[in-house]
Amino acid sequence: MTGPALTALAPYIVLAGGTTLMLLAVSFVRRGPVTLGMTLAVLLGTLGSIGFAANAGTQHVDSFLLVDGYAHFFTALFVLAAAATAVLTHGYVDRRAAQREEFYILLLTATLGAMTMAAAAHFGAFLLGMEILSISLYAMIAYPDRERAPLEASIKYLVLSGVASTTILFGMALVYGETGTMVFAQALGSDGSVLLRVGQGMILAGLAFKLSLVPFHMWTPDVYQGAPAPVTGFVATVSKGAVAALLLRYVATTEVLSLESLFFGLSLIAVVSMVAGNVLALLQDNLKRLLAYSSIAHMGYLLIAVLAVASAAGTEMAAETGMVYLVGYFVMTLAAFGVMTVLSADDDVEDLADYEGLFWRRPLLAAVLAGAALSLAGIPLTVGFIAKFYLFAAGVQGSLWLLVWALVIGSAIGVYYYLRIVFSMTKQMEAGDETAPTWWGPATVVVLGAAIVVMGVYPTPLIDAAREAIRAFGG
Amino acid sequence: MNILALILLMLGAGAVAGLSERIHPAAPKWISLATFIVTLTWVGAFMVGGGYANQYIPWIPRFGISIVLSMDGLSQLLVALTLFLGIVAVVSSWTEIKERPGFFQFNILWVMAGVVGVFTALDLFLFFFFWEVMLIPMYFLIAIWGHEDKAYASMKFFLFTQISGLLMLFAILALVYLHYSATGVITFNYYDLLDADLGGDIAFYVMLGFFVAFVVKLPGVPFHTWLPDAHTQAPTAGSVILAGILLKTGAYGLIRFVVPLFPEASADFAGWAMFLGALSILYGGFMAYSQSDFKRLVAYSSVAHMGFVLLGVFAFYEVAGSLVVNELAVQGAVVTMVAHGFSTAALFMMAGSLQERLHTREMSNMGGLWTRAPRMGAVTMFFVVASVGMPGLGNFVGEFLVLVGAFKANIPLTVAGALGVVVAAVYGLYLMQRSFQGTPNADVPSMRDFGLREMSVMVLMMAGLVWIGIHPQELLDLSAPVVQTLWVVLP
Repeated sequence: MTGPALTALAPYIVLAGGTTLMLLAVSFVRRGPVTLGMTLAVLLGTLGSIGFAANAGTQHVDSFLLVDGYAHFFTALFVLAAAATAVLTHGYVDRRAAQREEFYILLLTATLGAMTMAAAAHFGAFLLGMEILSISLYAMIAYPDRERAPLEASIKYLVLSGVASTTILFGMALVYGETGTMVFAQALGSDGSVLLRVGQGMILAGLAFKLSLVPFHMWTPDVYQGAPAPVTGFVATVSKGAVAALLLRYVATTEVLSLESLFFGLSLIAVVSMVAGNVLALLQDNLKRLLAYSSIAHMGYLLIAVLAVASAAGTEMAAETGMVYLVGYFVMTLAAFGVMTVLSADDDVEDLADYEGLFWRRPLLAAVLAGAALSLAGIPLTVGFIAKFYLFAAGVQGSLWLLVWALVIGSAIGVYYYLRIVFSMTKQMEAGDETAPTWWGPATVVVLGAAIVVMGVYPTPLIDAAREAIRAFGG
Repeated sequence: MNILALILLMLGAGAVAGLSERIHPAAPKWISLATFIVTLTWVGAFMVGGGYANQYIPWIPRFGISIVLSMDGLSQLLVALTLFLGIVAVVSSWTEIKERPGFFQFNILWVMAGVVGVFTALDLFLFFFFWEVMLIPMYFLIAIWGHEDKAYASMKFFLFTQISGLLMLFAILALVYLHYSATGVITFNYYDLLDADLGGDIAFYVMLGFFVAFVVKLPGVPFHTWLPDAHTQAPTAGSVILAGILLKTGAYGLIRFVVPLFPEASADFAGWAMFLGALSILYGGFMAYSQSDFKRLVAYSSVAHMGFVLLGVFAFYEVAGSLVVNELAVQGAVVTMVAHGFSTAALFMMAGSLQERLHTREMSNMGGLWTRAPRMGAVTMFFVVASVGMPGLGNFVGEFLVLVGAFKANIPLTVAGALGVVVAAVYGLYLMQRSFQGTPNADVPSMRDFGLREMSVMVLMMAGLVWIGIHPQELLDLSAPVVQTLWVVLP
């Protein structure tokens, strides 16, 4: 490993080192605010080191990791999402768990896993990142030890996610057997034999499971509902975002979608996810389950970016679409779960009925949730619209007509249930005088809400950042 | 004139009005009223000065998207109408809204800002942006301050507009992309896209995407079903804005975008569009006649009146073997838009005033109201005959021009449209008879007549209709340059 490679790895080193220090620190100081402060310091340090690491340019760390602008872009995104999650968790988990300090450490390791996935260029890094992330998540989901639902959700996630991981592993073995390499760039081989196709198909299926795409989506509503609200937000964003980042790079580097059967299969999964996710979301009365089905649909939308890689739209447009889309999806999803977390400080507030009259009781939180819902629906003025616009653009440019039609139909169905959230908040109720027990939770949520609008009205900086990050993408 | 500043002023005033509720419950409506008066004066002064405003600011260079705002005669006319009806909307809800007045005025100002944007944006992305900006505040107006069935009505309104909006977005992107693949330039600028040369079949489907979005908003049969519910359930100010302004955005879209961007496809489709127009006129008229709800009747009459717009805009006719845009009929459509804005806004305001006083919209619970409130009776009479199309008032000029123009294009459909005028007389007079004439209903409590506040806006609208009816030339001069640019000869 060379000097520049070490420079490029700075964010990973800072985060891993910081996590280790925290492991030691929590053995001595067990006070919530201090742990939170240390967590934020580590995350901030990681974020700051990206600038330093970017000086090294694109670096291949052996053939294991490819640390480039794309990886840095997602590192920044994951770290910010983790920071938001950390702040939101404070005041939520400590009422539900006897020991709260280790939660933050799990959060950091999960983030490290996600970052590794975004930079993976090798099956080893792929699996390593994915397992670091997943194993941290099992514990995070089950963290509240005074309740049953989180434990149940965690076991479900453990079993099903384990199956997905082994499927991916099996697929990798088949691909390795055919090509003799574990490096993405050579993982297609030349002839596209049956075993290779099966192997690649298994890898994609496993990833589809992690992205909760139909028909691998069964775990999603239960896990979303059972997990603590801030963790659900984290699973919905960082966990899926890391898989999506990896999938985009994997597809772009291996050109696996040039195999028509896989392209067709993934298209089918995308269409079914968009439609089924939205239709099933219509039937939900629990906000967490509703958002779970909505996320199934959103991951279906995201596949348009993935499939655009192998279309006339080209790799760069596809990657740019995926990045912008994921940023939008992160912000609006975190905002929605953030509001839920803030409201659930004492008791879980999950049923749609509990949100009635929120506009009059807690106008600021309600405005943020309304913004998040409208953004998820893709209404202009919000970042969700920019994201959806990108999908449309990539789909039209790539002539993926079937997918664009599914996007139109899915979005049309989606408007109904997103609007239900907004409507139930406007229902007239006697105004109560509720105040938040903390200020930092609402503050985080308001920042996220502002981000939805600012990036929706003036997306140019976001677009520029994404384009800057992918200048050397796919190479 | 700085159009962006105008829009930002309205958005900012909306935010201020929303917050001012904490100072005094009456503050929002005064702020709102003042904003509309100031902006109307601003636009009015610009119109008197004559000229053409244009603004260009880069926005999202990645996709060739810029803020292109411009105000030619047609836009000036519609923006002025918008701001004027803003005053009407605020005045008509002066005493009606007791809950959350701040948020109410916020929504009014934002919906109007969106409409001003729609009437001035000449970048297709920006246009779509404003198209959707008007949607959410309108949804809130219906969903929060609406009447008994507001949940259903607001949801239906939103779904119809949003889904058709998605179709339009799809069509916009297809247009931009086709232009991009032909020229290598990615742009959403209206003027650049005017030159886009699309293949025949694709152009037709792209045109259809725009057409459906605008006809849903217009609304034309068979996409009208959201309208009776939304209009009936909306609070008075909401109905005034919906009928007076939002429907016009659909008509404006047809004139500004569908015909110029896709002249050939539009000409191909003209027969069907005119058929839908004539169908809307007759169907809307018959449905209006069969209503017992005052507001619903007026709502259906809007479907009929907007049918004339559809009939006029698509009345392409043949000159020496080529199809040309029908200047007379399009001018008629523009006049109809303005006149209908006044007459329907007034009738909805009347419906709202009656509901506020009698707590009912059912005409069977009314009757003989003229004796109790003579001023209201006279005002209603005026606007009913105006909307029926009495010569000397604005609506007549519009419908007459449309019919004269359309006669050159398609005689059977023009005859059908003309029959609609007869139907209009039937339902108009029926409305008058059932509510204001006849034996006074003993159960009806005594009610307050219109005061100075209501009468002043009513008189202004009456003056507007008389002015258009007697001297329409100035209005026609304003929109003529725009309509003439549409005048392209097609093979």
